[in-house]
Parts: sequence; C-alpha cells; structure tokens
Amino acid sequence: MNFLQTLIKGEQAMFKSENLTPMQKLTLRFVVIGLVYYAFAVIEGMVMRIYQIEPIPLITKNQFFAIMTAHPLVGIFGSTYSIVFGAFLFLVPFLMKKPLWSIKLGNWTLWLIAIGTFVFWFSGFISHYAPLYTLYWPLPVDFTQFSVVGGIFFILGIAMVMLGTAFFVINVFATITYTPEGWDKQPSGALIGSAIGYSGFRNLFSKKKKEHLVPLPVAAIARGTVDVALNAGIILFTGVLILVYMVFALFDVNLKDTAIDALLYKNWFWWGLDLVADGLVLIFVAGTWYLLATLITGKKLYMQNIARSALLVELVVSWTVWSHHLLSDQAQPGFLKVLSGEMVTALELITQGLAFFITLATLWSARPLKMTNPLKFLLGGLLGFALAVPAGIMQADIGLNRILHNTQWVIGPHVHVAVLVGLAMTLYAAIYILFPILTNGAQLYSQKLANFHFWGQLIGGIGMGAFMGMAGLNGMLRRSLYVNGEFNTYMVLAGLCGALLLLAFLAFFFNIVMSVGINGVIGIFMPSKLKTKDPLPSQG
Amino acid sequence: MVDSTVVLFGQTLAYTCYCLAILLVMGWFGYKITRPGKDNKVTNVLFYSFTGMLVVLGVSLHIVTYNTIPWAPMDLNRSEIKADKEFNITVEKHKFTLPEETLNINCHEKVLFSVTSHDLTYGFGLFRQDNSMVFQMQVVPGHPNDILWEFDRAGVYTIRSTEYSGPAGVDITIKDAVVVTCNESASN
Repeated sequence: MNFLQTLIKGEQAMFKSENLTPMQKLTLRFVVIGLVYYAFAVIEGMVMRIYQIEPIPLITKNQFFAIMTAHPLVGIFGSTYSIVFGAFLFLVPFLMKKPLWSIKLGNWTLWLIAIGTFVFWFSGFISHYAPLYTLYWPLPVDFTQFSVVGGIFFILGIAMVMLGTAFFVINVFATITYTPEGWDKQPSGALIGSAIGYSGFRNLFSKKKKEHLVPLPVAAIARGTVDVALNAGIILFTGVLILVYMVFALFDVNLKDTAIDALLYKNWFWWGLDLVADGLVLIFVAGTWYLLATLITGKKLYMQNIARSALLVELVVSWTVWSHHLLSDQAQPGFLKVLSGEMVTALELITQGLAFFITLATLWSARPLKMTNPLKFLLGGLLGFALAVPAGIMQADIGLNRILHNTQWVIGPHVHVAVLVGLAMTLYAAIYILFPILTNGAQLYSQKLANFHFWGQLIGGIGMGAFMGMAGLNGMLRRSLYVNGEFNTYMVLAGLCGALLLLAFLAFFFNIVMSVGINGVIGIFMPSKLKTKDPLPSQG
Repeated sequence: MVDSTVVLFGQTLAYTCYCLAILLVMGWFGYKITRPGKDNKVTNVLFYSFTGMLVVLGVSLHIVTYNTIPWAPMDLNRSEIKADKEFNITVEKHKFTLPEETLNINCHEKVLFSVTSHDLTYGFGLFRQDNSMVFQMQVVPGHPNDILWEFDRAGVYTIRSTEYSGPAGVDITIKDAVVVTCNESASN
C-alpha cells in the first residue's frame, strides 16, 4: 500500500471499524477526543513556553492568563478524564466479565465531557475569563477584571464536565453491582464491599480469609472513582456558588464577596481539588500499573493483599492531605499544617512507593521480558512518579514551602513531571496494550515513530520539569510573567524540551492515524452495526 | 540564621543526587528485565526493608528540616515570640501600601511583616537583587497574614506579590523596599 492508501485505509487496511462492538467504539471515541484535547493542552503549553521567553505580539496579557486558566483544565478534564473514563468503562465490564450497565450513559459521559470542555475553553478564549483553576476567592467574581457572561459560560462548561463525570461514577458502580439479564442474583453488597476495600480490610484481621470478589484493577478503579465523585461534588458546589454571584451581577446586583470566608473557601476547594492530584490520579495510576504488570507478565501481582490495602490507605490519605496546599497561609491552623500538610502527606511517599515496588517486583518475576511499547512506557510512567512524588513531599514541608511555594519548582519537577512523564506515559502504556484489543488486531504503522514518541516524551518531560525547577529554585514564580528576560536561559531550555514533547505527541498521533486510517477514525464515530453489549465481538 | 540560599543549595544537591540515582536504577532495571536471570523472586525481606526506608524517609524529612531550618519552628511558634520591629502593610487594588517608603531593618532583629488585603488573595514575598526568593506567604482577605523573620546579612530586597490576582496584578512589586544593614556589633 502506498502512503495515501495507508493514510485513508490504515496500515495494511487491517482496521475495520464496521466490526467494532458498541463498547469498543465508545472507548475509542473517548480516546480520540482525549487525544485531541491533549493536542490542545500541548499547543497551549507551547504558546505559554514561548511567551515566557518573549511575549508574542498577537497575544495579550489577558489572553495569556486565559490560556493559563484553560490549559490544566483541558489537560485534566478534556484529555485525561476522557482517556481514563473511556478505558475504565471498557475495563470494568471486561474484567468483571459482564456487560457495562449502560452504554447510553457512557455516551452521555463522553459528549458532556467533550462539549463541556469546548464550552469552557471557548468562553475563556473569547472573553479572557482567567481566574486560574485555583479560583481563589473572590477572584472568580471580580467583575472589574472579568466578563460576567464569559464567566457564566466558563462555569457552565465545567458543570457539564462534572455532570458527565457523575454519570461515569454511576456507571462504574452500577456495573460492579448489578445483575445482568438472565444471570443469577449478584451479591451487590459484597461486591461493593470488595470494590471499596472493606472485605480486604476485614481479611487482615480475620482468620477465615474470604476470596476477593472484584479483581484488583477494578478495586483500584472503584476506589479512585469515590474520589472522582467527591471531587465532582465540590467543584459543582463551588461552581454553583460562583454562578449565583454571576447571575446577580448580570442584573446589576453586586453581592458582597465578603459573605464568603476566603480561607474557609480555600480549604474546601483545595480539599476537593486535591482529590484529583493526590487521590484519583495516584489510585488510578497504581491500579493501571498493576493491570499492566499482570498483562505484560501473565503472572499474579506480587504482594497482592498489601497492594489492595495500600489502595485503601491511599483513598483515606487522599481525604486528609489538602492542607499541604495551605502551608503558606498564615491563618491556617498550625495543627492542620503539621498533621495534614506534612505528616499525612508523607504517607503518599509510602503508598506510591509500595505501588512502585510491587509493580517492579511483578515485572522482575517474569524476566526475561521483551521490551515492548507497553513495557517501556510503563517503566517511563514509573520513573515519572519516582521523580515527581519526592519533589512533592519536599515542598509539603513547612520549612521548605516557605521558599518553594508558588515557584516554578512546584509546577515543574512536581506537577509537569508527574503529569507528562508519570501519568501520560502510564496512559500511553495502557493505550499501546489496549490498541490491538480495541481495534480487533489492527497493526501499528511504525515502530520507529513509537520509539521516537517514547524518548521524546521521556526526555522532553523530564527536561522541561528540570529546567522549570532550576528557575524555581532561583526565585522564578509560577502564574507570573517576567518580561525583562530574568530567567530566559532556563525558559529557552524548558521551551526546547517542550518542543520535543510536542514533536513526540505529533509522532504518536500520526502513527495512530496511519494505523487505523482516516476512514477508520470517521468509522469510530458511526453507530455500531453489531447488536451486542459484550466488550468484544464474539469469535464465532 | 541559615539563609534560604543555603537551604536551597542543600535541597538542590539532595534532589539532584536522588534523580541521578533513580535514573540509573531504572536504566539498570530496564536492561536487566530483558535478560534471563538466576533468581527471579523478590524476597519479602527486601520488600519490608524498602517499606521501612520509605517510612523513615517520610518522617525524618520533617524532623530534620524542623531542626535545621530556623524559620520553621519560629513560624509555628511566632505568636509566642516578641518581635523587635513590626511593619503593617496593606494591599488593595493590586498595590501594596507600606508604612514607610523604605523598611529599614537591622541584622538579627526579629521583624514581623503583617499584611492585610482589602480585596483579593495576594502573596507577599521578599526577593534579592538577583531575583532569588528570601521568603513568601499568602495574603488572604479577611484574615491576619503575618510572618516573623530574622535577617542575618545585609541586603536590599524587593517586595513582590507571589500570588496571582488576575491579569491586573501581574507585576505588583516595590523595588528595593526593604533595606537590611549590619553593623559590626550586630553581626558579632
């Protein structure tokens, strides 16, 4: 096949979208939309990287901060939520060996997240609504700086994403507990107990060990989904509060922003927001590592019971660590800073460290292994968190936070290394391993491009984080602009690494499009001709 | 008093060494798992030793910093420490207002910076001439925001808001607003 034919029909024309089940199509749609929004986030990131070196004449300061507001939200909600939710809506029924509770609700999740992300991104793009994702009170209702209408659409977009998220939560727990038509009655209480970790916890103290009803990756998904639900609740609540102020402002009634205590608000909002960073991400990632390790090796997970317990500990820890974001808030009670901000946060070093060790030990038990794409990206993901988690633990210290808070250190070696190397490479490992399953055996177009993707993502992500970190240690703030070239050496180097990340993503995207073909991509969005609820087509 | 540059140097050294070590470990691991080995079993002793090491590291970090970074205990106990000098600063409409044009401080004086916001959430940070940070804190409206500090060397510092307060607040700075002087007797 020549280049054009491959571009249209895919590698060796092996991908046939008409043979996909509704579940496969649903998952692939999530992945495509997630990758498109990843492209948004990467391009926005590059625009900001360039702006930090030399302000771009076409982009105003207000536009710059609107991009900075949208960038993490598009990355987390539009991209990561899409890919993760799509994968989990496939994996939960696949691993539980029963159909998804509602494919229709899954499609609602998909479109609410896809459209909601576009709505908040576009409203920010047009109106320059820019309170950043932190939404520190009363900035989101400061209408001397921001448009009321722009803000309303921004919040409505976020609310749509949260509604889609709530549907995902319902679908996951309903799938775990419901009884499919024609099946014997399922023990829904015991299933939920196993998924949340209650039965595993009881096993630790009981002589009669009961068998786990739910596979470990599903348990991880369920526990992470608890944090997804709590997070969605907090964001929706905060969104409604902001919306009330906006609607009144629309009618020229200015509510007093002092009615809301800024510190209390900051506590509840960080409590909810942190459930993403220190909750569901860490739990989902650990679950994905375990799944990948067992799929790659074909062996049982090392220290499986400890792994289950660690997931439960991580869930509880994720509810109690928010105060590390308020170590520089002097009115925050000291006991919260020490207990929640330092001590409980340090437990994340232990839970994530255990997940790291258990995954490596499982891989070790099966050597020699072939260095496949899923394996190399999994190792990259493990390395990313091995670098980023200790960086986070260091800044969650009262003494060090005094000189690190809000610097580029926080957003570089901690956040971007965690997201771009740790999280993204784990997700890529999952995509590479699920690709043949979801496409009924489609072939990857180019291994060379996959190799470039790996090294570009790894070096670009670590390099960018490192140079941002060096700038931070020298005093460069995040959420700020330096127009006199104060930190240009670091910013140029970080920009070059960012460009490598962009190239790596383009290589990956091109590789995937060439593998399934443009016809295949379009076919993914057409209704399935197969009338089945099963995740995969029947072999007969 | 140990300066923030000393602390940052120590942190940079420790984290860089750790990064190099973990990169080497992962590189070694990636190579070794593609090769056949004699013993593929990971012993429980290794696992529990690793767990113990994580516990020790997680807890000891805070104990070490509390005992070596002087501003950590001073910050937690600042309500019980009497300041030698106090500056009441306000911030409103993206602008700091200082009690004096220049805040003059002597070495080894305990100085309380008390900052009040009348509208948004801001930050309050002191920066050296080379843009590196001495310290910072958040400034939340409706709450007291104060930080106690002891300077051990002479210098001229810039005040800068360290928190985003909208596009209008990108550059809330007062250059050379704080001057610290050390005379012979003070520095001894």
